Amino acid sequence: MNGGADLGGLMGLGPISVEKNEPLFHAEWEKRAFGMTIALGACGQWNIDTSRYTRENVHPADYMVTPYYKIWIDAAIRLMMQRSMISETEIETGTAIDAPAPVKPKLKASDVDAVLSAGGPADRPTQGHPVWQVGDHIKTVNNHPRTHTRLPRYARDKTGEITKVHGFHVFPDSNALGLGEDPRWLYQVTFKSRDLWGEQGNPLDTISLDLWEPYLKALQ
Amino acid sequence: MSPEKNSSSHDHGHSHHHDHSHLTDIDARVRALETVLSAKGYIDSDAVDKIVQTYTTKIGPQNGAHVVAKTWCDPEFRKWIERDSTAAIHSLGYTSRQGEHIEAVFNSDTLHHLIVCTLCSCYPWSVLGLPPAWYKSPPYRSRAVFDPRGVLEEFGLVLPSSTGIEVHDSTSEVRYLVIPQRPEGTEGWTESELSRLVTRNSMIGTAVASAPGDRR
Repeated sequence: MNGGADLGGLMGLGPISVEKNEPLFHAEWEKRAFGMTIALGACGQWNIDTSRYTRENVHPADYMVTPYYKIWIDAAIRLMMQRSMISETEIETGTAIDAPAPVKPKLKASDVDAVLSAGGPADRPTQGHPVWQVGDHIKTVNNHPRTHTRLPRYARDKTGEITKVHGFHVFPDSNALGLGEDPRWLYQVTFKSRDLWGEQGNPLDTISLDLWEPYLKALQ
Repeated sequence: MSPEKNSSSHDHGHSHHHDHSHLTDIDARVRALETVLSAKGYIDSDAVDKIVQTYTTKIGPQNGAHVVAKTWCDPEFRKWIERDSTAAIHSLGYTSRQGEHIEAVFNSDTLHHLIVCTLCSCYPWSVLGLPPAWYKSPPYRSRAVFDPRGVLEEFGLVLPSSTGIEVHDSTSEVRYLVIPQRPEGTEGWTESELSRLVTRNSMIGTAVASAPGDRR
């Protein structure tokens, strides 16, 4: 979606604010919001792409100024409300009112180490062969879905070179919508700065993105 | 602002109150949420504690510094990480989430790498821990791909104009780790001595590794 999260190339946002000796968390609520977001994954009610889609699906003006862990916990709340896991009244009163929704067993403290260590790989058993090989020049599609995609606006309809074949990975555009993982070949595609940014680019610099096969097409 | 408008905004005094207690409101809401989620059996607060504790004490840039120092010291490891970064990094025990697929990229005199996620906040947690606020902020995410040299200058890093920059926009589940150049004057240093020169920002690409001073 062409939302507030698709920030590459946007201007006027001012200098980067770097905090000296920045703490890992700035407030107790950030710790809890972070930890709860991770723990809630065990309920099995959504996947990482659905989470990202929900986080970016807010008013762009709000997205720009909202603290990051608030973006996370607000998205988790919306996901839970959509699935009737909680209600606004329950949060406002701090009380469980409705019966819990049937979800997978909660993450136990004794399982945290194993679950974090295992991670959640996104590659899947391969099917067929990649269309593109390292060294091929391709063009990205000019596509503006209203739903989740990982092809940023600044890299659409541009010419680049395949610089690596990463493997066969879950396709976020499908997975975010709950339509299945629909794995596809994933490539590293390298663009010349000038091919993305014209005269304002730098002749020496490049930008590399990881892009799935449906984002790519042959040069005419 | 006209006096009329001013008084009208005064009538909506609660929004004024909200501005001042914004963070307190979030704090109370998140606490209430945790109470509800625990009561409904969706989460265990001890598990939340454990997750926070893991990222506060166990998973952080010290992991990445170990990877970098080993890459500098151990030619066999360097060959391995160049060929298969994921397997080489996992072999050191850094297998955890947001590091399932990882590509090390190597700085040289002619090429400098910079990592960003323009679409969200993808970051190699397994080797760097949780990202700093600036990495997730709109100013960094918007400019790293368009004006990387300007961004680096803001971090106090001016590259020679002959050095190219490759920016990696982390659009997939593949995470990137910059292997900075080994500082001059560190011949004979041990892996653990070298790891102290490897800062978090040098592994994102917004800095180079520290010079040997009193760090040894």
